[in-house]
Amino acid sequence: MRMLGADAILRSLEAEGVEVVFGLPGGAILPLYDALARGTTIRHVLARHEQGAGHMAEGYARASGRPGVAIATSGPGATNLVTPIADAWMDSTPLVCITGQVRSNLIGTDAFQECDITGITLPIVKHSWLVQDVRELPGVIRAAFHVATTGRCGPVLVDVPRDVQEAELDFSYPETVDLPGWKPPSRVNARQVRDAAEAIAKAREPLLYVGGGVVNGDATEETLALAEAGTLPAVTTLMAKGAFPDSHELHFGHPGMHGQKWANWAINKCDVLVAVGSRFDDRVTGKLAAFAPGATVVHLDVDAAEIGKLRRADVPVVGPLKLVLAQLAEQVAAHREAGTPAPHEWVRRLERWRDEFPLRYRGEGGRIRPQAVLETLRDLTAGRDDVVFTTGVGQHQMWAMQYLQCDRPRSFVTSGGLGTMGYGVPAAIGAKAARPDATVVCVDGDGCFQMTAQELATAVQARLPIVVVLVNNGHLGMVLQWQDLFYAERRSQVELGYDLPDYAKLAEAYGAIGLTVDREDELEDALASALSAGRTVVVDVRVDAAAQCYPMIPAGAAALDLVEDPAAEAVRVA
Amino acid sequence: MKHTLSVHVEDKPGALTRVATMFARRGFNIESLAVGPTEREDVSRITLRVDCEQHSLEQIEKQMHKLVNVLRVTELVPSESLERELLLVRVAALPDRRAELIALAGAFNARVADVGPDSLVFEVVGSADEIEAFQELVRPHGIKELVRTGRIGLARASAREQRRRLSAIN
Repeated sequence: MRMLGADAILRSLEAEGVEVVFGLPGGAILPLYDALARGTTIRHVLARHEQGAGHMAEGYARASGRPGVAIATSGPGATNLVTPIADAWMDSTPLVCITGQVRSNLIGTDAFQECDITGITLPIVKHSWLVQDVRELPGVIRAAFHVATTGRCGPVLVDVPRDVQEAELDFSYPETVDLPGWKPPSRVNARQVRDAAEAIAKAREPLLYVGGGVVNGDATEETLALAEAGTLPAVTTLMAKGAFPDSHELHFGHPGMHGQKWANWAINKCDVLVAVGSRFDDRVTGKLAAFAPGATVVHLDVDAAEIGKLRRADVPVVGPLKLVLAQLAEQVAAHREAGTPAPHEWVRRLERWRDEFPLRYRGEGGRIRPQAVLETLRDLTAGRDDVVFTTGVGQHQMWAMQYLQCDRPRSFVTSGGLGTMGYGVPAAIGAKAARPDATVVCVDGDGCFQMTAQELATAVQARLPIVVVLVNNGHLGMVLQWQDLFYAERRSQVELGYDLPDYAKLAEAYGAIGLTVDREDELEDALASALSAGRTVVVDVRVDAAAQCYPMIPAGAAALDLVEDPAAEAVRVA
Repeated sequence: MKHTLSVHVEDKPGALTRVATMFARRGFNIESLAVGPTEREDVSRITLRVDCEQHSLEQIEKQMHKLVNVLRVTELVPSESLERELLLVRVAALPDRRAELIALAGAFNARVADVGPDSLVFEVVGSADEIEAFQELVRPHGIKELVRTGRIGLARASAREQRRRLSAIN
């Protein structure tokens, strides 16, 4: 069919099954927006800033499992997408960005709103295309979706000059992709799986160290099947929260800098560490040489480059995790049937540690304790299968990880690798677009919230209501904590003020509901009413700025150097 | 340890940049790089010389395989491959020294590519060692300008397994 390039982009997105895109128009992308106005089955959510659009697309992708699509104009529109692209790169989120570019004859001339966005994003995309001929467009978009969603997921960018959007072509959407150099693993090496199954089955103190790859690889059921087949305890990283049910009897918390003591001890003491779609990130490992020091490492990943990148894998398995884990579960079950004993004693030890070293924080009295906010939120939501959490980055994020109960994959959406403040609100809007029937709760900090708060307008206008639970301590809390702990309490540029702005009023100015909570006994009612409001709500909970996030393993230290809250009413000491 | 890698890439805009950027971003150092067409019209070949440990070499290879434009990565093992480089060097040569220089060049199969009033341009094709030896030999005469292509390599015709794929895994 004869059509314009701009229409071809939309027909291609439709052919990919895209339901919703997030974007903001501008000069170089005008033809595409004109095509949108002329008709499409795709819903466009108008963001207030391209960074918001990018994070919305990410939130959509993480909550749904389908690739997120963000659209921006050239120059500043495109550079505003750089942070979401970097974020998606670090967290392996399938993200397709479509940017307008200045006309082909102006490229390279420093034209108005020109920037080399394919060049700028080169180190943080799986691949990118600058479309130079309109006839390439359908094939490029087909390839873009294919690359973003196969192998290890991640971001791609398609940059389309304005004249290419305006040129005509005979449109047909290709059935296949022409990418001779793109060959993500599709099969599993039987010998590798056999070796892994044997190592796992024979371990006396095995531990599954489950990462975000399990979610991206749609392998959460298989992970659970493996754990249950072998009675294998599991810890989940921040990116995998919910991938293995938090409430499962074999789940033992989250490892890392602010992970539970028992989770870190489990890693430290295990004899076979099974890394499942996890990548030995420094926030998990701390001092690498002291991480799981006595363990044989079985490493399962779809990305061969992750194997041996930081920790040598004694038993590597490269392949799609869904396949790998299904085969492993079967073989480990066979080992158990043949009589290799399940590690019941080890599981009991982990249970004892969990009982012995619970998360603790200071007692009642004074300002609201931030941990109590998350505990209250957990009590109001635990067991519900229609709640999706998003977070910003910092103390509130770590408390959310520690206290919330997530039993389903894709119910906890957060910025892990890049640690992008401002991720929470737009990601929540994207998650709401993906799961309109769910209650989407953004647990945010006051510092994070202010970085993308303008997207409240998007939530209200696009009727994508979200609940923002603002853990407001009037400071850049995590920075404050580090200054207090490691810089002799010299506080440097961290005070924001509890009421600058007045968050409830700001919410109301955006047409949302604003609530302010100053007392702990008001917390439950306020959160409960926000959860059932059915409208966008900001609950400004003013918490104690002196509260610090514990336990904590100082950067570069080992798991056993874990520090607990000195302010906590200690019951028992390790 | 030094390694020579031969990388087949699709002949597409940005393919070389993507390879180079990956090296820069991951902190790997490229000692020399040569790129050019191959027997296939749509494929270019990049010959890279890197100095790194085995562990880094595996990472380089795996990271390169993840680049969409990269078709194949092979290591050229010295015993099973040929490596050549081209040198162009302009050497100071007043008329009374010319004969001596030209004789020297003859011993190295260096060709006189150009003659000027006070200098000669030599062209040498050879292994990196041969080129370095020639360079040192003419240095006392005064090197005015010098350029090298960086090495290119090919598996030997006699090599049984012509292309040794690097991957340690899969």
